[in-house]
Amino acid sequence: MSSSALLDRPAGRGHDQQRRAAARVETLDLTQASPPTSADASPPCLADARPKAAWRPRSIIPGFGLTLGLTLAWLGLIVMLPLVALFARAASVDPGRFIETVTSERVLAALQLSFGAALAAALANAVFGTLLAWVLVRYRFPGRRLVDSLVDVPFALPTAVAGISLTALYAENGWLGAPLAELGIKVAFTPLGVFVALVFVSLPFVVRSIEPVLQDLSPEIEEAAACLGASRWQTIWRVIVPTLFPALATGFALAFARAVGEYGSVIFIAGNLPGISEIAPLLIVIKLEEYAYGEATAVAAVMLLLSFVLLLAINLLQRWSRSHLERR
Amino acid sequence: MATRPRSAVDARTEPSPVRWLLITVALLFVAIFIVLPLVSVFTEALRQGFGAYFGALADADARAAIGLTLTVAAIAVPLNLVFGVVAAWAIAKFDFRGKSLLITFIDLPFSVSPVISGLIYVLLFGLQGWLGPFLSEQGFKIIFAVPGIVLATIFVTFPFVARELIPLMQEQGTDEEEAALVLGASGWQTFRRVTLPNIRWGLLYGVLLCNARAMGEFGAVSVVSGHIRGLTNTMPLHVEILYNEYNFVASFAVASLLALLALVTLAAKSGIEWKIGRGLTGRGH
Repeated sequence: MSSSALLDRPAGRGHDQQRRAAARVETLDLTQASPPTSADASPPCLADARPKAAWRPRSIIPGFGLTLGLTLAWLGLIVMLPLVALFARAASVDPGRFIETVTSERVLAALQLSFGAALAAALANAVFGTLLAWVLVRYRFPGRRLVDSLVDVPFALPTAVAGISLTALYAENGWLGAPLAELGIKVAFTPLGVFVALVFVSLPFVVRSIEPVLQDLSPEIEEAAACLGASRWQTIWRVIVPTLFPALATGFALAFARAVGEYGSVIFIAGNLPGISEIAPLLIVIKLEEYAYGEATAVAAVMLLLSFVLLLAINLLQRWSRSHLERR
Repeated sequence: MATRPRSAVDARTEPSPVRWLLITVALLFVAIFIVLPLVSVFTEALRQGFGAYFGALADADARAAIGLTLTVAAIAVPLNLVFGVVAAWAIAKFDFRGKSLLITFIDLPFSVSPVISGLIYVLLFGLQGWLGPFLSEQGFKIIFAVPGIVLATIFVTFPFVARELIPLMQEQGTDEEEAALVLGASGWQTFRRVTLPNIRWGLLYGVLLCNARAMGEFGAVSVVSGHIRGLTNTMPLHVEILYNEYNFVASFAVASLLALLALVTLAAKSGIEWKIGRGLTGRGH
């Protein structure tokens, strides 16, 4: 539906506004100028829209200017302005102090724990999430629907609730903590507890990314592989896994992004020992409580930048793997 | 079947022992990581019986926290509902430059740590922030007060409705709306009578998820709230305070209400999925 002239043209801010305002006026005219009773009203209505299509999408649907304007205004006020404020604040911190803050031992340890544990949790979920998606889509067993609904629990359960519940479970007298303690494994109040909490909160992402792709996978390609003499294992490894890869990468990226920033579920189970089990978001909170706004902002800016870079990298990887797949 | 392992039917599945092994591993994973934490919330809450449980919920601070959580959700969810519909209309019904960039920006709050979501508002409206000194002169208090909690909640629930509606409305295209307009309906009539019935289940779905997150948000709200009991304490924050006071039964009692909310949300969500026939897992394409 888009006119090529519009696509070729670089969008100027002020111009955009004029365009939008004009579009709104025109669409209002359009709807009022075509009374349903007059027989010859509808063809001119379409004809009227056409000559002006050079500078806006060829569409008789009203409300473009209004809805896009409201969207940009709300997005700007709620999301962009505060995020810009963060980076402006970070930029106003003395560079020496900024570097000193983010390279201090405590901050580095916290960043390392947040990113390391998030990576481990996302990897664990890549494996178990793929398995879970496979089992839910491909096999039939009693309670399958219920299990499928349960996968969304970490999305819906508030993080603080997850945090205290996991802590109760993995504490030394807890249902899982007690048997693990006998094996000499301590989970609660150690970095391992951070990992467990992050696995919980990022669990649904990989499953939900892979499920639709797995469902749409046409049976023919697996049958073709089998007909051509591939073993089941070869079919899975050479045919199914490459097809799933973009979805897996998406799920992994989402799980990772969620786990890196996670706060509520972790602070209860982690024990929060500086340098050992203290995550980066908690460090931001601690700096804020000490009224060290500059330092809190510095840590936050580094976290945001690192996760944006990682997400960008994974997006590029995903695009590359998709085009790679199409070429084959 | 086992005697003909190369038949076309068998080519798409694994031998039965492998199948059951995989199912067992998957179910164990779900049991340990999802079912146990969920069950443990309720057993911990009822550890000292129903008397202690309801006593904890009847506490004045707990009731204030419940009231505040409901208030915040009642403001944040409708605002994001309207925004979601408006944004989805602009994005799904029209073509324009920079559309995918706009979608990325709408999704941005999902990849920002909740703590940072709170921090950005402190930097903007706090006493050391850009607008804070001006606002406090005017007598407005945003940080460590209810407006800050509402703002942080709107931020973290920002994308829910829009990202649910955009793919749905893109899939539905514009033919029906165009037909209505050509037949003389006004823009508002077209939306009310044509678009809204088409998207109502997707809309409800997005609103449910938005509401669950709004009521359960912890990190962002914790940073801007100031934790004033009875005034700026939402339910999740109250859970934390009680827990840190070693008042575990009361803490889990409030937590169990939030867990119930989560379960009701999921049940309604499954109901909608069944209703619109998206099958077991189909979430569009």
